Amino acid sequence: MFDFLEGYDLLGAFWVTVQLTVYSAIGSLVWGTALAAMRVSPVPLMRGFGTCYVNVFRNIPLTVIIVFTSLGLFQTLGVTLGADQFTSINFRLAVLGLIVYHAAFVCEALRSGINTVPVGQVEAARAIGLRFSQVLRLIVLPQAFRSVVGPLANVLIALTKNTTVAAAIGVAEAALLMREMIENEAQLILISAVFAFGFVCLTLPAGLFLGWVSRKVSVKR
Amino acid sequence: MKPSLYDAPGPRARRHNLLWSVLFVVALAVLVWWVVASLSDKNQLEWAKWRPFFTDPRVWTTYLLPGLRNTLLAAALAMVIALPLGALFGIARLSDHRWVRGAAGTVVEFFRAIPVLILMLFANAAYAEFTDISTDVRPLYAVVTGLVLYNGSVLAEIVRAGILALPRGQGDAALAIGMRKNQVMRYVLLPQSVTAMMPAIVSQLVVIVKDTALGGALLGFSELLASVRPMSANYGANTIASFTVVAVLFILLNLTLTSFAGWLEARLRRAKRFSGAVVRPEAVEELARPGEHVGPEDLGGPEGPRGR
Repeated sequence: MFDFLEGYDLLGAFWVTVQLTVYSAIGSLVWGTALAAMRVSPVPLMRGFGTCYVNVFRNIPLTVIIVFTSLGLFQTLGVTLGADQFTSINFRLAVLGLIVYHAAFVCEALRSGINTVPVGQVEAARAIGLRFSQVLRLIVLPQAFRSVVGPLANVLIALTKNTTVAAAIGVAEAALLMREMIENEAQLILISAVFAFGFVCLTLPAGLFLGWVSRKVSVKR
Repeated sequence: MKPSLYDAPGPRARRHNLLWSVLFVVALAVLVWWVVASLSDKNQLEWAKWRPFFTDPRVWTTYLLPGLRNTLLAAALAMVIALPLGALFGIARLSDHRWVRGAAGTVVEFFRAIPVLILMLFANAAYAEFTDISTDVRPLYAVVTGLVLYNGSVLAEIVRAGILALPRGQGDAALAIGMRKNQVMRYVLLPQSVTAMMPAIVSQLVVIVKDTALGGALLGFSELLASVRPMSANYGANTIASFTVVAVLFILLNLTLTSFAGWLEARLRRAKRFSGAVVRPEAVEELARPGEHVGPEDLGGPEGPRGR
């Protein structure tokens, strides 16, 4: 019944999906945290930059960003991100696009977490003479991160699903393989079911697990 | 407005801020310089490549406006079809019968767990195999189907949250005057919760608009993003200029929708006659996560968020 799977590297495709997810998740967490720090910083210029960045990249379709990394960055401007093979160039470009887009969502999630830290905590920190960077690093962010595990999990799940967009620039991940198999094989329903099942396996347990973690670590107030 | 994390700056803090501002400006300037240099290096800044968008109405009438029209058409169709479906499944999830609740729950969780692109690819191939829809409208059908399946399930969660957000007394009072369960839903709960759901529904529209671009990139649906290739082919390889215009159009469209959602939310919170809670527009992101429901912290009453 599943002999149509022969000749296709199904696990390999999903492995690329996982890799895209992991690299982009790490990248967008780092860049998103930096953006969130900018958005609450005392320097007006940085606040303005953070706000502009979030408003721009939350409102552009991810597909536009990903296609731009290939057509615009690579084919027009010759940006290769230090890779020399075609497949790894596309992979890195896709990761770059995913990071740029999802960092805006990470930033917003973190900022909502920063808003849940009671004012008294910040005031007490300032009263004992901590600088802004210390207030953020020692007092606010540790509490904020604990309360945003849930929202960050949403971003991670959305990111996992959004890696399929990388198919638009030919990264050999699950959606691209699905398209290829649909074209060449007859069992449309079975093929779709296999891929749907793959994504359910990736997203549902992660969502439930992270939901449990977020309830576990969130600061009870 | 939340009190900020810093005091009103004194002399030292002002010097500090100035230093950081200067450093930041320098970093930005380096970045901008690099972008401009690499753009002009590849002749992407020539006025001839940008001029058509300002002087040649044919760029707009042949490529951009039809693309925008298709984007809006697909988004509107998806929303109009997904709303009643979402309402149906949202209400079914609140049913008293366990098997109705379970079946609706399974469907909603399933479609929330898989990427919308997978749904579109499936719909496209299914229409090609099982129906005789002509090839020129098939991408539209496939895009709308994918969007409806995914967003219908997210809207089901919004509807469910909106109904749960109403004060309990509403349903109890309706039952007390002798209404049947479906009358309670039709005459009392649903009409009131529609108001509470409006901000979240409008911001779901942003998600739908953004996802139509998938059809342009992978299904050959001629929406806004798909107009980039023919434009840059016809106007002297102005890839960067075309992308910029398309991105700006998307941003303007979505910013309008986002601020409309925010305005609706603020208006609802101020309204005195409105008794229930509002489903926050931001809750939409949460609903993209399978197995997760909108909790009380996502609902704010007329006075603002509860429990904070």
